[in-house]
Amino acid sequence: MSIGILTLIVIALAAGGFLLGRQIAVGKVAGDIRKLHSLPGYYGQTVFLFTAVPALLLMLGWLLVQPLLIHERVGAMIAPEDIASGSSASLVMSDVRRIADGLALIEAQGAAIPADAGTVREALGRVGVALGTDVKPSVYAAAKAYGAMSATGGKAMSVAVLVLALAGFGFAIARIRPAFRARNVSETFVRALLIGASSVAILTTLGIVLSLVFETVHFFKVYPFADFFFSLTWNPKFGGGSDLGIWPLIWGTLYISLIALLVAVPVGIFSAIYLAEYASKKVRAVVKPLLEVLAGIPTIVYGLFALITVGPALRDWFAQPLGLGSSSSSVMTAGVVMGIMLIPFVSSLSDDIVNAVPQSLRDGSYGIGATQSETIRQVILPAALPGIVGAVLLAASRAIGETMIVVMGAGAAAKMSLNPFDAMTTVTVKIVSQLTGDTEFNSPETLVAFALGLTLFVFTLGLNILALFIVRKYREQYE
Amino acid sequence: MTAEATNIPAPKRRSLYQLDARTRRRNASETRFRAYGVAAIAFGMIALAVLLWSILGQGLSAFTQTRIAMDVTLDAAVLDKSGKRDPVELAKATTLAYGKILDQALVKQATDKGLMPEGLSAKDAAGILSKEAPAQLRRMVLDNPALIGTTVQIEALANGRIDGLLKGRVTMESAKLDSNVSPAQLVLAQNLKDAGLLAKSFNFDFITAPDASEVRPEAAGLGVAILGSLYMMMIVLVLALPIGVAASIYLEEFAAKNWFTDLIEVNIANLAAVPSIVYGILGLAVFINFAGMPQSSPLVGGLVLTLMTLPTIIIATRASLKAVPPSIKDAALGIGASKTQTVFHHVLPLAMPGIMTGTIIGMAHALGETAPLLLIGMVAFVRDYPAAPPEGFLDPAAALPVQVYNFTRRADPAFLERASGAIIVLLVFLALMNVAAILLRRKFERRW
Repeated sequence: MSIGILTLIVIALAAGGFLLGRQIAVGKVAGDIRKLHSLPGYYGQTVFLFTAVPALLLMLGWLLVQPLLIHERVGAMIAPEDIASGSSASLVMSDVRRIADGLALIEAQGAAIPADAGTVREALGRVGVALGTDVKPSVYAAAKAYGAMSATGGKAMSVAVLVLALAGFGFAIARIRPAFRARNVSETFVRALLIGASSVAILTTLGIVLSLVFETVHFFKVYPFADFFFSLTWNPKFGGGSDLGIWPLIWGTLYISLIALLVAVPVGIFSAIYLAEYASKKVRAVVKPLLEVLAGIPTIVYGLFALITVGPALRDWFAQPLGLGSSSSSVMTAGVVMGIMLIPFVSSLSDDIVNAVPQSLRDGSYGIGATQSETIRQVILPAALPGIVGAVLLAASRAIGETMIVVMGAGAAAKMSLNPFDAMTTVTVKIVSQLTGDTEFNSPETLVAFALGLTLFVFTLGLNILALFIVRKYREQYE
Repeated sequence: MTAEATNIPAPKRRSLYQLDARTRRRNASETRFRAYGVAAIAFGMIALAVLLWSILGQGLSAFTQTRIAMDVTLDAAVLDKSGKRDPVELAKATTLAYGKILDQALVKQATDKGLMPEGLSAKDAAGILSKEAPAQLRRMVLDNPALIGTTVQIEALANGRIDGLLKGRVTMESAKLDSNVSPAQLVLAQNLKDAGLLAKSFNFDFITAPDASEVRPEAAGLGVAILGSLYMMMIVLVLALPIGVAASIYLEEFAAKNWFTDLIEVNIANLAAVPSIVYGILGLAVFINFAGMPQSSPLVGGLVLTLMTLPTIIIATRASLKAVPPSIKDAALGIGASKTQTVFHHVLPLAMPGIMTGTIIGMAHALGETAPLLLIGMVAFVRDYPAAPPEGFLDPAAALPVQVYNFTRRADPAFLERASGAIIVLLVFLALMNVAAILLRRKFERRW
């Protein structure tokens, strides 16, 4: 039974339960609902919740756990000598999965399942499942076991879910009495659901941290810790023996972010000040949304802009005439485009902060004869400084984590150079290239991406916390 | 003492109308400061204008495509050897056979009308057709076997280089250096164009057709990518809206001030600032490697984007819940409604416009997101449309922004035009979503 149909059945049962529960409650007091503790709908609601929620949760949990259990059991069936050199257990497992899917397909078409491993490849080819190599006997046995276990597991799940739904249904129906505090029960239930929804945020963070930490630990088992943190070369090789030093990547990341901030911070702050202090209402009403359009444009668009417009323009007008290089993807390209992307980010944050400075400070300054710009420089900016520093730090964290612009604009060569027209690379670029390549998952070349991800996560988290800390600690309290 | 006193020069008498040096300096610095502000805003506006102009300038041409009009005789002896119009037999005629028919038709037409330039072989002349054209003709015939044996007038897709000639990307000079096209072929194309047989027309296939291989940019379309993005948006809407609203209601209306609430708050604030690529790593590690979900499926993409969008939706929803005045809650509680009834019957409906606006903006953000999708295998080359949901959620699919990235990585410059065209499609979707959000806000927003 497919998951969609199962869900529909459970929900239909629950909806029926709602109507029935309501009916029973009204029936028990012979239509005089004043004698009920709660409104009739609440009795129905308890039946609905008790039928649907536990059953659907069980289904979700089952779907998550079943593949793990099967994986473990089937994995043990594969003979170690059948894992070819250069391959890995996870690759063989994905083969097992494909063979099992193919066998199910053969069965669905009513054909006979091949008896021994030798003919499997050909049989699967006929139903459109192509395999790279011939199937080894232990792998084939594992695939058959996998298919059988999945099928049994699926059936068991359907039965368990339906039984639980019916049990909840019966339990809730049996509880209906005029004195039953249905509203309180269903409200408690709903509140539990709300808490569950809020916990998704915690689970997500937990998922991020655990997946990064686990795979990073994995990485450091196959690659020395010191080489990663202290080596100055980044040179991954397919056959192994790679140099995976993080410094060239960090250098590229920081250099590009620095250029981006050099563009975004002055432009962002000056436009925020102009909009908040000088601009007429009309100008503000036009310019502010236009600046925010820049914030709404996806980063892939900026990436393409860097690739087809900014990169060639910088190369032809600056890099080549100055003799600084002839690459259109460079630190400068990525930095400038990223700076443009960050302008609205800095300006809207600064705008809020400048607007939050009370009018009395301005009036005081004007009253002793300061010009508008003197007021801004000597009164408003110092008052708004912690907030603006916070905004800049947030922008920096954004710049460090930005991916598409650097993937398309910065190049792929990992080097440490001072020339801003050289192509360099960043942490995010390498995460993408190491994880989208064809290397085997358990090799250090792939796993390094998780270590890079963890570095990135820690970096941006640190910057965010620092920004929050500065804003909290140094914020001027008015009134 | 007196001498010193007399040494102090008497203040100069001057008119208020005459500014002294210091005031002039201060005023100049004031003007300068204002000019910096204007310059900053001008920089932002110019950047926006150049950005849009460069994308539109490059991409609009992707919506037209060069086609060659010709009469093709569908020879029954070649296409249907059995003569029974049996679909299985018909399917045996490969694109090679159709390609030959098309080539002959083109050469015949060009020779008959005297358009063949001297020294161009028949094989090279046929090279101005797209490699995709025979496949399209084959599909047309298989859909309608009655056409066999007749002469049909079709508009065959021209090669990407010929398309480039009409769009100004390819010139005689560039063709001399190009191994894929010769100047003589361009002359033939020019002749056909002058005879009115080769022309650009609106390219509907760009929006509906699937991606095409590296050597046929003229046939590449966004169909699979648009469908994949649509599926992912469906998943994001179905998951992120209820979870986000439920979480916000809890935090805003029910949560007691304790360590658990603080923990959730801190988590949401941090998740909003986590780089999007980290969500991609999460998706790869948890959904694909741990839970065994299929790579490059809209399901995984949708889940990753949901987690990424949740903080945005929660922040927007909480702001609009907060904006509902306490008097309404007090009134509901006062006439005996329970806390839950108050929230669900009164506060939530009043906050709904704000929630919808926040959700749409969050989804627009998710629609344009690329980096996490790269990591979960969406870069794969997918030519088959995913099935209808719910099974289609597990089929491999592309996504609009990732398709843009894929186009940019191919060697043929014609793909850059396609990439910009895809961006235009993406921006149109984003603009529609944002306009919807603004209209919703205008129509339903209440000021208390």
